[in-house]
Amino acid sequence: MKEKVEKQNVTENTSAKKEPPKKKKLYDIAFYHDWCKACGICIAFCPKKIITPDKSGKPMIEEPDKCIGCRFCEIHCPDFAITVSDRRPKRRKDDV
Amino acid sequence: MAVTAQKIRHEYLRHNKKFPHVWCPGCGNGIVMAALLRAIYRMEISKDDVVLASGIGCSGRMPTYLDFNTLHTTHGRALTFATGVKLAKPDLNVVAIMGDGDATAIGGNHFIHAARRNLNLTAIIINNSIYGMTGGQYSPTTPFGSTSTTSVYGHIEHDFSIAELAVTAGASFVARATVYHGELMDRLIEQAMRKRGFAVVEVISNCHVQYGRRNKLGGAVDMLTSFKENSITVSKAEKLSPEELEGKTTIGVLTDREMPISTEEYKKVRERASKTKGKI
Repeated sequence: MKEKVEKQNVTENTSAKKEPPKKKKLYDIAFYHDWCKACGICIAFCPKKIITPDKSGKPMIEEPDKCIGCRFCEIHCPDFAITVSDRRPKRRKDDV
Repeated sequence: MAVTAQKIRHEYLRHNKKFPHVWCPGCGNGIVMAALLRAIYRMEISKDDVVLASGIGCSGRMPTYLDFNTLHTTHGRALTFATGVKLAKPDLNVVAIMGDGDATAIGGNHFIHAARRNLNLTAIIINNSIYGMTGGQYSPTTPFGSTSTTSVYGHIEHDFSIAELAVTAGASFVARATVYHGELMDRLIEQAMRKRGFAVVEVISNCHVQYGRRNKLGGAVDMLTSFKENSITVSKAEKLSPEELEGKTTIGVLTDREMPISTEEYKKVRERASKTKGKI
């Protein structure tokens, strides 16, 4: 029994060590406005409601940090005009 | 790593074609096209090993945008051309893309007999309940009582279910999805393409320009919302009574069965005939 208790303790310790403060995964959404026909599917079905229409009715995003990366907009865009990608650190000034 | 739209755009679209494509804003055909491309990307098949055949109609425009071996054929004859390709080159992955009128009205005979013959083909049928390209005439899948340009005072004929027709005609894999369920759709298309035998995927799509507008169903977003609300998975549908299921669309795999394939059986016949040197 003692051994078991010790083992449990050990596992608890390691699990406690393994848990760093969870960093939220960030995503970037790129809208290709030349191909977009402003159908409004991405705006209507976004679960976080962060995609908003601009003056011409085409989608834009003001707070990309709130994106949860469900890719609903990317999958349901009939015009291949949306790309959702994992955010990477920007290396150059002109990186999109 | 998820399949991104960017990869699909660069790999599979024909870049000498004019984009954006001809379909109306919010048309489900684009969503089906993306799902088909994701399925092919995940299966890791070479572009040279895929043949797409399509008939006439809005859905018939699909292969012209895609960088595979493609056939844009006569009305309703996508499956006949696909059958020819499959018999000549059984190793190719042949996909026929049809609309509801294309598959069940003009090519209705071809459809049921391709299912009966059980060739190793995949048929993707985009069902938008109307002939959209020619101006909104009623098709075999237009629901009873709805309005179209040829049924201004209400449609007096009853519609039939394409997926259930395919099950009865003897297809080995039948599945149904709606354009709202994009991820389910590409999983089903992948399963259908991997299936050995005649595989049918019916995709319920929206034609808000010709059908939705005349029947006051709203735009693309409203129609997609109605698909979301009115569809039910096969496993859930089994528990419900027929009255509760009225007006609902069952989505998922309807039939998955193993059956002898026509091309392989034909090969066996040839071997048998060559052994006996033509004498019975």
